[in-house]
Amino acid sequence: MADFDVPELKEYPVIPPVRVGMMAHSKPYVAKPDFQTPLGFPGELVENWEQVAVEKMGELVGKYRGLRVFLDSCVKCGACTDKCHYFLGSSDPKNMPVARQDLFRSVYRRYYTVAGKYFPKLVGARDMTKEVLDDWYSYFHQCSQCRRCSVFCPYGIDTAEISMAAREIMDTVGQGQKYCNEIIGKVFKIGNNLGLPEPALRDTLEGLEEEVKEDTGVDVRFPLDEKGAEVLLVTPSADFFAEPHVDGLIGYAKVLHQAGISWTLSSHASEAANFGMFIGSYDNMRKLALRIRQAALDLGVKRIVFGECGHAWRVAYSFLNTLAGPFDFLDPRYPVPQHICEVTYDLIQRGALTLDKSANDHRVLTYHDSCNVARASRMGDKPGGQFDIPRAIIRAACNHFHDMPADTIGESTFCCGGGGGLLTDDLIELRVKGAMPRMEALKHVVEQHQVTHLAAICAICKSQFSKVLPYYGFTMDQIVSVHQLVSDAIVLGPKD
Amino acid sequence: MSYLSVFYAVLFYLATLVFVAGVGYRIFLYARTPAPLKIPTTPAPTTRRGVALRMLREVTLFSSLFKANKWIWLFGWLFHAALLLVLLRHLRYFQEPVWTWVVWIQPFGIYAAWAMLIGLFGLWARRILVDRVRYISSPSDHLMLGLLVAIGVSGVLMKYVWHTDIVALKAFTLGLMYFDWQPLPADAMLLIHLTLVAALMIVFPFSKLLHAPGVFFSPTRNQVDNPRERRHLAPWAARLQSGDGS
Ligand code: SF4
Ligand code: SF4
Repeated sequence: MADFDVPELKEYPVIPPVRVGMMAHSKPYVAKPDFQTPLGFPGELVENWEQVAVEKMGELVGKYRGLRVFLDSCVKCGACTDKCHYFLGSSDPKNMPVARQDLFRSVYRRYYTVAGKYFPKLVGARDMTKEVLDDWYSYFHQCSQCRRCSVFCPYGIDTAEISMAAREIMDTVGQGQKYCNEIIGKVFKIGNNLGLPEPALRDTLEGLEEEVKEDTGVDVRFPLDEKGAEVLLVTPSADFFAEPHVDGLIGYAKVLHQAGISWTLSSHASEAANFGMFIGSYDNMRKLALRIRQAALDLGVKRIVFGECGHAWRVAYSFLNTLAGPFDFLDPRYPVPQHICEVTYDLIQRGALTLDKSANDHRVLTYHDSCNVARASRMGDKPGGQFDIPRAIIRAACNHFHDMPADTIGESTFCCGGGGGLLTDDLIELRVKGAMPRMEALKHVVEQHQVTHLAAICAICKSQFSKVLPYYGFTMDQIVSVHQLVSDAIVLGPKD
Repeated sequence: MSYLSVFYAVLFYLATLVFVAGVGYRIFLYARTPAPLKIPTTPAPTTRRGVALRMLREVTLFSSLFKANKWIWLFGWLFHAALLLVLLRHLRYFQEPVWTWVVWIQPFGIYAAWAMLIGLFGLWARRILVDRVRYISSPSDHLMLGLLVAIGVSGVLMKYVWHTDIVALKAFTLGLMYFDWQPLPADAMLLIHLTLVAALMIVFPFSKLLHAPGVFFSPTRNQVDNPRERRHLAPWAARLQSGDGS
């Protein structure tokens, strides 16, 4: 199946010995000029790129406090060295978070610190050279920006921030990554990551209405661009057709239908994911976020709700207000935005939904905390709500649930291996290797508790698992949406 | 007054100046650089008070490091706690009369010197023995450990082997503080100890020792998790907004 070694799943997690250069060959395709220019970046590597890169670096360090503090503060203690799933799966030392940061830090030191200017060898400072750029291009595209390392660093140094800055610098000199930049361009042009135009979207939604009618006999609507609806639902475009994503979308529709909440999707903002974050570009992230504001204004909704998507939820929860706020035209009784899990959980709490757990009796579940939900966002009003709420929903919809080992979930969750703009076939080896720690934890509960399915609330996780599960002897349909479970359990029609 | 005393007096003024100005400048830079996005590592406190507690746990207990690796935590914490005690013990050279609690901690300060060395050797051993940590170490990391170990060892040696004239030393330090210079005892071990301390103060603002002020400015740790309740907008980001009129 693969032309590379698939890591072996061990009984107990083992920290591999470092093997230098194991993943140096792993690079995504470079973005062509057509994908670069719509984002405001040069089409190809500019002539004096070294100088441009160094200047951009100085600009970013002046604009982002985190970056400045992180570059100064690392003491090379090594606490983060065994925390990255890409290191654990590939044993390439440059995938250790601190070593990844050092690819950036060594250049920063050289140009912006006294020690690096006068004693480069002593402090490990390097000139910006083609060799360095190649390393950056390889290894900053081997970071899913999952922030696992930042949980464990005594100073909270977040390698995700550094890899975002590095990617922005690479874009600025004309060395962009094809997958991310092509997608951002599609959102600008058509409205979503998949490039689904409005008629196709409408068609798909009509198809779903028919499908649900056939299955349940109930008219559950999937409205598009309906003015005056209460809720604008923004969801990853994968939800419109891919398995198991679409089953999640059906779940949201059933929940909103059953609760009697009027809602609509928007063809203008038919995508929740914001890939501007992956490339560290504030400008692009902001442009993408403003679409959602515009859609909410155009449709005159009262609330904005996000579907199951991890990075989308990070941008929505943490940045939407900053980028596209203030949202004072919405109903102040609800947070802006809300996560669909918060909506469903509230309804369950209030007894507004009837769930027949036995409908999921053929499944034994575990839950995968998606990295950006777990470590970069929240749900509900208490810290850690992002862990409790999805689990509470699963427990309300299913009889059989078991968590994976404690050090692999919650704030310590392992990334699926495909986040941060790495969900592309040109990086399949990295994706498979990076999934290893999650697969090891899954195997554990499969053996201990006969778990059959893994539920998740992130479009990237779902796509990534569908692809990599088979490499580890599982099947692709073992990954399910949380709202798919709700969808199967929900009892439609008047409440008795 | 000997040349030696003058040299050390000047050295310490210089070292203090570099230390204070250097660290002060970094802090000024950290404080002035905007944090345009809310990026606390969650689960994060939702109130200022909660953030203060989180910070307190980080700087006194090294709680994230504890989660990460028990060995590094043990040696790291031991070193820092012991260093604090040793520094407090040294306060007596700068006071007349000496505060009671400073008198009271003197005996513990002696043990702390040993604990400090154990912590440092533990950290150094990891740097050499664990292949991952060896990979990320640069010469300056070893140099820094070497410097701290040498300071500790020279201090211990003065305590147990080559005593120095404490009374004269105290007169010297007090003299420095009140700009009324006094002679410094010319013992080799003392001079080594003082030279190394001055060197440490001078490299501080240019080295990874900046983690000490840095930890307080880390947005992943010091931000309140309330982006939905309050709009967070940095000045340069606000300018973008007025630029397009939205
Ligand atoms: S845990 Fe933090 S301080 Fe320690 S090596 Fe990693 S990034 Fe540096
Ligand atoms: S953010 Fe995640 S992927 Fe990136 S270095 Fe840290 S642990 Fe690895």
